[in-house]
Amino acid sequence: MQHDDVIWDIIGNTQFCSFKVKTKSQNFCRNEYNITGLCNRSSCPLANSQYATIREEKGQCFLYMKVIERAAFPARMWEKVKLSKNYEKALEQIDENLIYWPRFIRHKCKQRFTKITQYLIRMRKLVLKRQRKLVPLSRKVETRERRKEEKALIAAQLDNAIEKELLERLKQGTYGDIYNFPVHAFDRALEQQDQESESEEEEEEEEDDEDVGQREFVAEEEVEESDLSDFEVTLLSNDQQGATEKVESERSRNEEEDEEEMEVQTKASRSKGKSPANGSAARKKRAYVEIEYEQETEPASKSRAT
Amino acid sequence: HKAVKSAEVDGEGSAVEEKKMVKSELAVAFPPTFSVSEIKNKQRRHFMFMKLKQEKRKQKMQLRKKRRKEREALGDKAPPKEVPKTIENQRVYDETTVDPEDEEIAFDEGTDEFSAYFNGLTNPKVLITTSDRPRGRTVRFCEQLATVIPNAHVYYRRGLALKRIIPQCVARNFTYLMVINEDRQVPNGMVLCHLPNGPTAHFKVSSVRLRKEMKRRGKNPTEHYPEVILNNFTTRLGHTIGRLFAALFPQEPHFVGRQVATFHNQRDFIFFRFHRYIFKNEKKVGIQELGPRFTLKLRSLQKGTFDSKYGEYEWVMKRHEMEACRRKFQL
Repeated sequence: MQHDDVIWDIIGNTQFCSFKVKTKSQNFCRNEYNITGLCNRSSCPLANSQYATIREEKGQCFLYMKVIERAAFPARMWEKVKLSKNYEKALEQIDENLIYWPRFIRHKCKQRFTKITQYLIRMRKLVLKRQRKLVPLSRKVETRERRKEEKALIAAQLDNAIEKELLERLKQGTYGDIYNFPVHAFDRALEQQDQESESEEEEEEEEDDEDVGQREFVAEEEVEESDLSDFEVTLLSNDQQGATEKVESERSRNEEEDEEEMEVQTKASRSKGKSPANGSAARKKRAYVEIEYEQETEPASKSRAT
Repeated sequence: HKAVKSAEVDGEGSAVEEKKMVKSELAVAFPPTFSVSEIKNKQRRHFMFMKLKQEKRKQKMQLRKKRRKEREALGDKAPPKEVPKTIENQRVYDETTVDPEDEEIAFDEGTDEFSAYFNGLTNPKVLITTSDRPRGRTVRFCEQLATVIPNAHVYYRRGLALKRIIPQCVARNFTYLMVINEDRQVPNGMVLCHLPNGPTAHFKVSSVRLRKEMKRRGKNPTEHYPEVILNNFTTRLGHTIGRLFAALFPQEPHFVGRQVATFHNQRDFIFFRFHRYIFKNEKKVGIQELGPRFTLKLRSLQKGTFDSKYGEYEWVMKRHEMEACRRKFQL
């Protein structure tokens, strides 16, 4: 005998139903014959001996019906009716087949059928639009290509190639008169002259370098002195008041040290090709550090003085 | 053999002892078909292999020294240094390599789809777009490309079909359609379609570096038309692709801008760089990289505008045929 209530008591509430999916707010039913997809007393195909669903197969919709008379014959339990492709006619078919059935099932069947037709229409539309083609990548091939690319990049020596090409274009005169470099022959002549009087030119260049270095050095120092004195004043006014003389004497000694260090620095900067602006910034920073150093060694100097 | 056996009997004796014994073995002749890989014992096999390598290295050094001595002895009369083999040296000669004086090719190029551009009749106008729903990196890449290529416009692709876009572009006098394909938030493909009825090239894009990722880069590119450098496009196919790239940029570069866009082909990889140059003197030029950089690899070249189903493909990358030989390149 088919006791729907007993069945529902067991599977719906207390014990286990393998089709039931529990979530925080809802219970779902995974049974393929379920009409709404929820786990309810009226939607459970196992707990209702009179039940109907709509199912879709390859674009064709069917109406499935189950009655209590066939409950003992599981192989013949579901009656399958093919629905017309015409929407209205199919609705009439549903009505005609479920004529004396409960309102709930009739209504839900029609709803489900509507939903199914809608998604079938959308599927057909999407096929006509642009399809995204997924091309599988083979990892071996990709790593191989990446490696080849790296090697090719190294072999290409791009910077050199570009520079060479640009110089070629300059030689061929594609740039016209924009760049005022002396013509080739003139250059060659100049080079020859250079070779003849090589040593003299080198000396001159060196002297120039030294002169330039010294000139810069002196100018910087003067600026720094004034700056340093400003720093001095501000610091001393904050910390001590009577030791300015000693600090100044120290300053002169430190300045000598600074000179040597700065000379080294200028030469180094010259060799590195830094611009004087960078050098002066570095020097100024170092001077600030010098001030701190002075303060630390003050007691030592005092002891020496005494 | 007896000596070898005794070494085995030692068994757990120190490895050093074993080695010493084996060393004394080497004076004894090994059977001529002996190879290091036949020794079953891993430790000993490894040891023998290392010895083999050392021997080879020693011989190589000796050979080198001898050769150097000979060279010094000969002085000026020494034969010139041998050129080392590189992949470029060993490249299989491609029969489609273009001869500069080839008349047929000159005629072809005079009448192909780019002739209008190269005769100065059309000005390039590029439409840059992406695949559907582009992510940030691709969008920024497109924007930067638009600054690099003069007269380029970026449009958002709203799920439109390329076949519908193309007639509209033609109607608005665009000469190029560039579609950057994106995968996993990164650009990975480019379709470059020359518009009136020109060829469509499909590239694989890799190593995309945007401007802010570049070290020691200069300021942003200005509006001046850049010069174009095309390196190493030797074969007929390479020529076509080279012209494809050349036609992206206007014919009259602004030398005042001192900007240069380079397409350098090396082993079928096309490296794109964008630099600003300055001539320090006649012999030296300094270049500073601005602009995005990326590499392209040609996947297919199709005659006519974009039509992947019914188009006529002039060239398609067939990996098994074309990449089987490491010394053979297509571009």
